[in-house]
Amino acid sequence: MLSIKNLHASIGGKEILKGIYLEVKAGEVHAIMGPNGSGKSTLSAVLAGREDYEVTEGSITFNGKNLLELSPEDRAREGIFLAFQYPIEIPGVSNVNFLKTALNEIRAYKGLEPMEAKDFLARLKEKQKLVELDGKLANRSVNEGFSGGEKKRNEIFQMAMLDPCLAILDETDSGLDIDALRIVAGGVNKLKSKDNATIVITHYQRLLDYIVPDVVHVLFNGKIVKSGPKELALELEEKGYDFIKEEVGA
Amino acid sequence: MEIITKTNITKDKLIAEFESSKNSLFGDLKLREAAAEAFSKQGIPNRKSEEYKYVNVELLLKGDHSFSSSKKLSSQQIGSTQFLKDAIVIVIENGVYNKEHSRINPLPQGLQIFNIAEANSNETFQKHFSKYSDIKSDPFIALNGALASGGVFIHVAKSAVIVTPVHIIHITSVSEATILNSRNLVVVDENAQLKIVESYEIIDSSVKCFNNALTEIAVEVNAIVDHYKIQNEKEFGNLISTTQVLQKKQSHFSTHTFTLSGSFVRNNLNMVLDDQFIESHLNGLYLTNGTQVVDNHTLVDHRKPNCNSNELYKGIIEDKSSATFNGKIYVRKDAQKTNAFQSNKNILLSDDGTINTKPQLEIYADDVKCSHGTSTGKLDADKIFYLRARGLSEISAKKLLMHAFASEVVDTVKIEALREYIEAEISKRFE
Repeated sequence: MLSIKNLHASIGGKEILKGIYLEVKAGEVHAIMGPNGSGKSTLSAVLAGREDYEVTEGSITFNGKNLLELSPEDRAREGIFLAFQYPIEIPGVSNVNFLKTALNEIRAYKGLEPMEAKDFLARLKEKQKLVELDGKLANRSVNEGFSGGEKKRNEIFQMAMLDPCLAILDETDSGLDIDALRIVAGGVNKLKSKDNATIVITHYQRLLDYIVPDVVHVLFNGKIVKSGPKELALELEEKGYDFIKEEVGA
Repeated sequence: MEIITKTNITKDKLIAEFESSKNSLFGDLKLREAAAEAFSKQGIPNRKSEEYKYVNVELLLKGDHSFSSSKKLSSQQIGSTQFLKDAIVIVIENGVYNKEHSRINPLPQGLQIFNIAEANSNETFQKHFSKYSDIKSDPFIALNGALASGGVFIHVAKSAVIVTPVHIIHITSVSEATILNSRNLVVVDENAQLKIVESYEIIDSSVKCFNNALTEIAVEVNAIVDHYKIQNEKEFGNLISTTQVLQKKQSHFSTHTFTLSGSFVRNNLNMVLDDQFIESHLNGLYLTNGTQVVDNHTLVDHRKPNCNSNELYKGIIEDKSSATFNGKIYVRKDAQKTNAFQSNKNILLSDDGTINTKPQLEIYADDVKCSHGTSTGKLDADKIFYLRARGLSEISAKKLLMHAFASEVVDTVKIEALREYIEAEISKRFE
């Protein structure tokens, strides 16, 4: 599904990603862990198409398409979803109206008719339940006045509505208490299928107790320096990132 | 020296028009003569005049003008401007009340509508007409006082609640450059309520037209008035629209100014809060593009204690257009416990657009809460990216954000059909 080869990216002339290789197949969950400043958020931003970052070398192929040639909206329409670490507040734009517009633009891209109002409403209700999002929040302006936990739940709600092929969760656990974490993780797990894939980006292992990865990658200084089974996450948690630094001789 | 000569030509032309037509104009000739004199003293403002420094009014008045138009509009043309289905409709055609095209039968009890040219013997009219707009304060108030061509006098009787909105359509259609001076007076008596919409449109014209429209509104004790101005005069419209409001004790007045188009639009909104426990809301939205010039001047004069005023003006400026917001708030010495808030926010979409924003608070009382804020920025890149990351095109993301920005003002519209109309007009503008 996703194939990243030798990806180099920089911002403001400073190189952050220094040759990333990553293969993600349908049905898989990949965790990317790493200390602060290792390039985790840069990787998610580059995947989503943030224009502040310049890709200087390498390639990203997504379902056979050259992802780097696509605009952010076309990436979303192709099935990439980024759950933001810091979801943006958009006063005056209702969640519902926003999702309807998004969904219908994605459908138009695929040559589909706009969704019937009643189908849309049914879907809205069903997915709200998935993340235990209050109906009132769904009708409010996008993220405006939401608590940290509500914002993260709203991200997963949007993901449920848009039904992406590849979901990238960028530090979705940051700032969440254990109850909110369970709800968010529960939502993600229910959305998992053999046809989609998830990349979980996190600093801490805890989220991975709930969203169990098939592979754990350690990102350090702009490169994936180690990959392994889910136990690797526990080892990292126990020993801290210093042991990786020692291993790679940094 | 050259500028002064030109000014005099235009001024003299207007004075000459008054002299030649004064005996055929309606109403009290003494009032008109006083206004003409006040106009003559002030002259046409130029860029050195503090109140008009961002607009070149002289240029707009250059050349020959008519002062009326004999062009008659068909009922179909007039019908096209009636965007409120359920409303009492008053048509001001080329500065004159057109009763035939108005929809005023039957009027609800307590509501009276008069041709302003025939209202002079009415006691209420005499008590209020020309009492609030100060001919010495602004040359265009004076000019209107001298040359007013027509309009309506609306009277809502004590304790009458008029549920159906009154829609005054200022419709202009001319075949040569024309200066029009329409004039309305609205008196809402004690404990009465009124919703009033004034719209301005130019149709079937291909020459510039200068409208100097003035509406005086008296809001008596405990009365509630909801007022709207919808300005949509397209490329030939040059509009000076003055709204002069006097509020009495415990009255509520909300006004909403939507400037959707027009080559040049200047709004003078002057509010006098003349007693205690008054509430005033001033909302405005201007969407400018091309080479449009839109200038909003507001004045809230807190004269007595315990009153609240709240002002919100927002603008989206595109292309080479320019917008000005000047918001004066006076809190007089007697006006203790005043709450006066003001906010002006702008989005500048182009590098060539201009926004001048000037809050001006003069506070002479010591126990008051007053605040003002202003911001001008671009559309937020983070918001655009967030929306695009969900599949919205860049254009629809921007449209959504502009609608969202405008919605804070649009949502203050209490007449649902009007809100829908404005939303549709805004959507057209963003296409």
